[in-house]
Amino acid sequence: MDATRRQILKGAGLLLILGARANPDAAPEAAGAAAEGAYNPHEHLWGMTIDIEKCIGCGNCVRACAQENDVPEEYFRTWIERYEIEGGDLEHPKVSSPDGGKHGFPPSSETTTKQFFVPKLCNHCQESPCVQVCPVGATFDSPDGVVLVDESYCLGCRYCVQACPYGCRYIHPKKMTVDKCTLCYHRITKGLTTACCEACPTQARVLADLKNPADPVHVFLRENKVQVLKPHMATRSKVYYRALDGAVR
Amino acid sequence: MQGRWKDSIHLIRPAAVFLAGLLLFLVVRAYIVPPTFGQYGHYRGAVLDEVRARPVKYAGQETCAGCHVEETEVKGKGKHATVACEACHGPAARHADDPGSMRPMKPEGTALCAGCHEMDTAKPKWFRQVNTKEHMPGMKCTECHAAHSPALH
Ligand code: HEC
Ligand code: HEC
Ligand code: HEC
Ligand code: HEC
Repeated sequence: MDATRRQILKGAGLLLILGARANPDAAPEAAGAAAEGAYNPHEHLWGMTIDIEKCIGCGNCVRACAQENDVPEEYFRTWIERYEIEGGDLEHPKVSSPDGGKHGFPPSSETTTKQFFVPKLCNHCQESPCVQVCPVGATFDSPDGVVLVDESYCLGCRYCVQACPYGCRYIHPKKMTVDKCTLCYHRITKGLTTACCEACPTQARVLADLKNPADPVHVFLRENKVQVLKPHMATRSKVYYRALDGAVR
Repeated sequence: MQGRWKDSIHLIRPAAVFLAGLLLFLVVRAYIVPPTFGQYGHYRGAVLDEVRARPVKYAGQETCAGCHVEETEVKGKGKHATVACEACHGPAARHADDPGSMRPMKPEGTALCAGCHEMDTAKPKWFRQVNTKEHMPGMKCTECHAAHSPALH
């Protein structure tokens, strides 16, 4: 009895030492964060504004996103949809998105219908259904309002893919973990705009820092009638659309 | 004394097992839970820095302006003022870091121009569009319009 207890204690002691060994990687991380210093996630709240009346459907944003983020072929972190609505038939719009609008759209000469383009991306919701269903804490809402994925934690269980009401997530065909728009977190935290906004020729889409009082987003939100996608889902989306038609889903 | 020990051993033994189990749990937990888990919420705080460390490919127009003063000025005064350099030239961060290491794409005008300006009734009316089959066919767009400042006066 005594011997086994001693063995147990010995084993526990060994584990303690191993545990202590595992901890040191906390130090460099803390030092790294302190050294960079300049970016404090608590001082920002990121979102985007999209002006439907400025979108020309050129596909620049889709291509830029794919290049910047190595998005695999046939998968999209952002894409463009063309809506075609006949008269007041809001329930049955014709929606097309050939290759996500990556190479633009076949030109239309139809003049009897209402047509427009709707760029879409992750809405970086403040009450994200995707975050709520993740069983392992692999997807989360960062302090600066960006929904991100921890690839090393993701099991690839697809709960979040199912939960997202906007269809913004996919399983990366090589990594087999979930992948999505990061709102170019690696750019916006360095003072750059997102790749899609950089490449947009008409400023139809503009990055917004809702916590920065000098950001033009405040004027935009004050002076325009805006709407988010699927407001009835109560996701508190931070992608605000101007001139959004009721037919858009 | 002896008797008292004998009576309580059935309590001490499970208590020891419980304590050993608790210790084991704490040790294993300290070992497998990453240090930054819980720093900001129910996730690994270090992910933020990991995502931030990804490479930038689009340098941004302000970076180009630092070297290409002339192009920036010409474009800034023309109708393509809102179109960023890399919207036409493609991602060029590597070029901006070291101009010799990589040359940005120098797009052939006509296909590039048509990508934005081809007539399409789905495009907003304010945007200037042409039917490229009817608008000066057989010529390159850049023969008449300068790419960086396209208006003809
Ligand atoms: C550090 C200074 C510097 C920066 C920043 C810079 N360039 Fe350049 N760029 C050069 C130089 C020098 C050349 C001439 C290279 C040569 O002729 O070999 C050049 C050439 C070019 C060319 C012509 C390539 C060709 O084939 O003739 C393009 C297009 C170009 N740059 C675009 C850009 C864009 C877009 C950016 C912003 C992302 C940018 N540059 C940023 C220095 C710079
Ligand atoms: C509307 C698309 C467009 C935009 C925006 C644009 N360029 Fe260009 N650029 C072109 C095209 C097309 C050419 C090739 C012109 C030609 O062949 O005559 C070119 C040529 C160049 C060249 C080579 C010039 C030469 O004489 O060979 C440089 C350098 C350059 N661009 C830099 C820039 C910079 C810097 C910016 C941003 C300030 C910019 N461009 C924005 C389309 C664009
Ligand atoms: C990435 C999209 C894009 C590309 C590529 C592009 N343009 Fe433009 N172009 C624009 C935008 C945006 C405007 C501004 C429209 C406005 O304000 O009316 C514009 C304006 C113009 C105008 C209108 C000038 C006026 O008098 O109002 C002409 C002409 C023009 N572009 C020609 C060209 C030519 C030629 C090319 C190819 C070298 C080209 N564009 C490539 C986006 C683009
Ligand atoms: C032979 C010279 C020439 C060529 C080649 C040419 N254009 Fe034009 N373009 C003009 C003239 C002239 C105008 C009218 C003058 C103006 O509005 O500035 C014009 C006007 C435009 C406009 C403005 C239309 C509007 O409604 O105001 C656009 C956009 C345009 N061109 C794009 C292109 C594109 C894209 C190409 C290549 C497919 C091209 N142009 C080739 C001469 C030319």
